[in-house]
Amino acid sequence: MVYLTRRYRFSASHRLHNDALTAEENARVYGKCNNLYGHGHNYVLEVTLAGPIDPETGMVYDLAALDRAVEEEVLDRFDHTNLNLDVENFRQRVPTTENVCIEAFNLVRARLTGGRAAGAPNPAHLAHLARVRVEETNSNSFEYEG
Amino acid sequence: MIYVTRRAEFSASHYYHNPAWSGEENRRVFGKCANPHGHGHNYTVEVTVRGEVDPKTGMVLDLKDLKKLVEKEVLDLVDHKFLNREVPVFATTIPTTENIAVEIWKWLAPKLNLGKLHRIRLYESADLYVEYYGD
Repeated sequence: MVYLTRRYRFSASHRLHNDALTAEENARVYGKCNNLYGHGHNYVLEVTLAGPIDPETGMVYDLAALDRAVEEEVLDRFDHTNLNLDVENFRQRVPTTENVCIEAFNLVRARLTGGRAAGAPNPAHLAHLARVRVEETNSNSFEYEG
Repeated sequence: MIYVTRRAEFSASHYYHNPAWSGEENRRVFGKCANPHGHGHNYTVEVTVRGEVDPKTGMVLDLKDLKKLVEKEVLDLVDHKFLNREVPVFATTIPTTENIAVEIWKWLAPKLNLGKLHRIRLYESADLYVEYYGD
């Protein structure tokens, strides 16, 4: 079993706010992240796949296929957006980086067709999504393993 | 149990080719990595050893020894080399980052006197790395 990790980047704005809480409670819980107009980050997204090395290719997964999946499912959805206003996943969910991490994991996993390496030269070859890690800043990061 | 990690760098060239396939198929699967003249990377390898702290020294193992071992068993073989042509195992094994990490494990694991090899992490670039735990 080999773990393969690829790093991507996206930039987005968000506002941490829960409609179920009062303005005062939101301000207390989320501090400056509750600012009405939002604020932004340069996020780093790390996607880790785990699987055996395909003896025909020497690879765990077709990287071009992984790049396409992550670009289409996550980066195209999240990059240069206001997560609260522009991304369906966060209409009913506070776009904390915890939730961004979980949503990114679920989006990529759904695309990897039940763990099959879609687009890999040998379709019988299996790799699965092992982890998604999101860095909100150099100091904060979040990991989700499903 | 303590985990000790030592990082080292090497630069090498490689290309991807499966001799069982036609040139066209190799180019389709491996893209620009199939160029037979090769291309290069600055690799970073992180070697993680796990073990108990020796109460006499306060250390799991002597890091100087680990540094020398990595130099002798890994860097001397691969640094500034064309992996496909100059490292025997990669004449028959495609030198993908995955396979290089597994081979580094095989070179180092039997040579460690103190502690057990826990993980090889190999960066091909800052945005791509693989990890191997020996199984």
